[in-house]
Amino acid sequence: MNTLVLVEHDNASVNDATLAVVTAAAKLGEVTALVAGSNCGGAADAAAKIAGVSKVLKADDAAYGEGLAENVAPLVAGIMADYDALLAPATTSGKNIAPRVAAMLDVMQISDILSVEGPKTFTRPIYAGNAIATVESSDAKLVITVRGTAFEKAATEGGSASVEDASGAGDAGISSFVSREVAKSERPELTSAKVIVSGGRALKDGETFESIINPLADKLGAAIGASRAAVDAGYVPNDYQVGQTGKIVAPEVYIAIGISGAIQHLAGMKDSKVIIAINKDEDAPIFQVADIGLVADLFNAVPEMTGAL
Amino acid sequence: MKILVPVKRVIDYNVKPRVKADGTGVDLANVKMSMNPFDEIAVEEAIRIKEAGKAEEIIAVSVGPAKAQETLRTALAMGADRAILVETDEEVEPLAVAKILKAIADEEQPGLVLLGKQSISDDSNQTGQMLAALMNRPQGTFANTVEVDGDAVIVKREVDGGLETVKLTMPAIVTTDLRLNEPRYASLPNIMKAKKKPLDAKTPADFGVDITPRLTTTNVAEPPVRQAGEKVEDVAALVAKIKELGIA
Repeated sequence: MNTLVLVEHDNASVNDATLAVVTAAAKLGEVTALVAGSNCGGAADAAAKIAGVSKVLKADDAAYGEGLAENVAPLVAGIMADYDALLAPATTSGKNIAPRVAAMLDVMQISDILSVEGPKTFTRPIYAGNAIATVESSDAKLVITVRGTAFEKAATEGGSASVEDASGAGDAGISSFVSREVAKSERPELTSAKVIVSGGRALKDGETFESIINPLADKLGAAIGASRAAVDAGYVPNDYQVGQTGKIVAPEVYIAIGISGAIQHLAGMKDSKVIIAINKDEDAPIFQVADIGLVADLFNAVPEMTGAL
Repeated sequence: MKILVPVKRVIDYNVKPRVKADGTGVDLANVKMSMNPFDEIAVEEAIRIKEAGKAEEIIAVSVGPAKAQETLRTALAMGADRAILVETDEEVEPLAVAKILKAIADEEQPGLVLLGKQSISDDSNQTGQMLAALMNRPQGTFANTVEVDGDAVIVKREVDGGLETVKLTMPAIVTTDLRLNEPRYASLPNIMKAKKKPLDAKTPADFGVDITPRLTTTNVAEPPVRQAGEKVEDVAALVAKIKELGIA
C-alpha cells in the first residue's frame, strides 16, 4: 500500500505529531511525506531524514503558506491519485484539511486512530474516550487522522529520502489568511511534554494560577495545562486546555491540581503513564484514575511541594 | 441572507455512556438525549447574527430518527424560524450527512452554514469540512469569533498554539468551538410558540443520497480500566514519590 503523510511543519522543521503519523503509516506500507508550504525547503529536508520515509513531495507555493484548507485540500486530493491512503496528524491543522480531502475523494475519513489492526481496520475512541470502536473501511482509498500520543515517534535521523517537487492548482481564491495570535511560551509544548502540571477551577483566578502552578512547573521543567473550567473562567488561554475538546496528552507524569476529573477532562489525559492528583475533595473522580493521590488544600500543599523539590 | 444550522440529537453530555456487553455499541435505550452542545452554540450564533440585522431567516435541519424532532423544536424555541427533519433510523455517517446538507443548501441557498465542530457521540469532527468540500466553498473551522462583513465572513479560529483569523467569501461554512458564545435557554412561551413553527419532514431518498455506511464497526469495547493507585499522607511522602519517578 502506498501511503501519503501530510506533514505539519513550520517551514523549517517537522513537528512531533507528524513523527507519530509516519510510524502509523509505515504499518500500512511505503511512506511518502508531503510538505506543502511557502519557502518550506527546510521542512522538506527535515522530512527526508525521518526514518521510514522513502520519498518527500515538496509543494512550495505562496498559496500553501498559511495552510488554508481551501488551497491545500485540492493539492492533496490531486496527489492521492497515486496513493492508497492519506494519513494526517489529528491536530487542528490535520482535522481542518483531511475531511475536506476525504469528501473530494468520496471516502469516509477515520478520525483519531489509536491503532492499526489490519490494512483497513483501525481502533478509535468514541464518546469522549468512554468506548473504543474497531472500524473497517470499505472505501477504495483511506483517509485517516492519527492520534499523536498513541504511536511512537519515528526517529528524526536515519532516513535518506529523495525530495521531488509537486504542484497543484494554487490559490482557490475563496479564502484568505488575516492574522495569527501565537500564545507565547518558553515551556515545552503541551502535547509533547514529558511532564505536565495542570490546574483547575480551584485556582481561583489567573494571578493565583500563575503563582501556584508556574513555580512547580519551573522546578519540574514541565508544560502547563488546564481544565476547561479554568480556561472558561479566563485563568489561562484556551490552548492550555486538556480534554476532549482541547488537547489530548499522554506525558510520563501528569500532575492534576484542583481538578475534579470530569469525563471531558479525563478523555484528554487518561493515557498518561503516571497520574498524580492533589485535591481537597477525597471523593473527586480524579482519584479513581490517579496513581498517586494527595487529599490536601492545594494552596498549602503545592508551595510546600515546590519548596521541597 | 439565510443561515442553515444542522443540529444532531446525541446522548446528553452529562451521561456516562455504557458499552453493551456484546460489543455492538453503546447502550442508548432509556438514556437522556439532548442537542449536541456544539450545535447549541451554532444555533445561538445564528440567532445573534439575525438579531444584528445580518440575516433574515434561520433554518434548522437534522438527520436522524423521528425523535430528532425534539431537537429541532429546541432549536425553534431558541429562535430558529423553521426546521427540516431528514428522517431515517439508520446511523448516518458524516459523508452522507454532508451530501444531504449539500442538497438542502442547493435548494435553500444559505449565505452561511453554521455547524458544531464535532458531535460528542462519534467525535468525528468531519461534517462541516466535508460539506465545504462538496459545495466547493470556504470553511472556518473551530470558530471562536464570527463577524459578517458584507459578502465575507471573518472567522477567528482556535488552533494549536493560539488563534488564527481568516476571511472567507460567502457563502461559507463555519464550525463552532466552545468559546464562541453562551447559548440561551428557551423560555416557556417560546417553547409553546415553537410548536407552531413549520417543520418539513423528508427522507434521504428525497435528496437522492445513498446513506449506506462506508465504515463497519466490528466491535465496541470499554477502554482499558486504570486502577486507582494509592493515596499518600502528606506532602513529604508525595515529594518522595516524585523523586522516585526521577522527574525532579
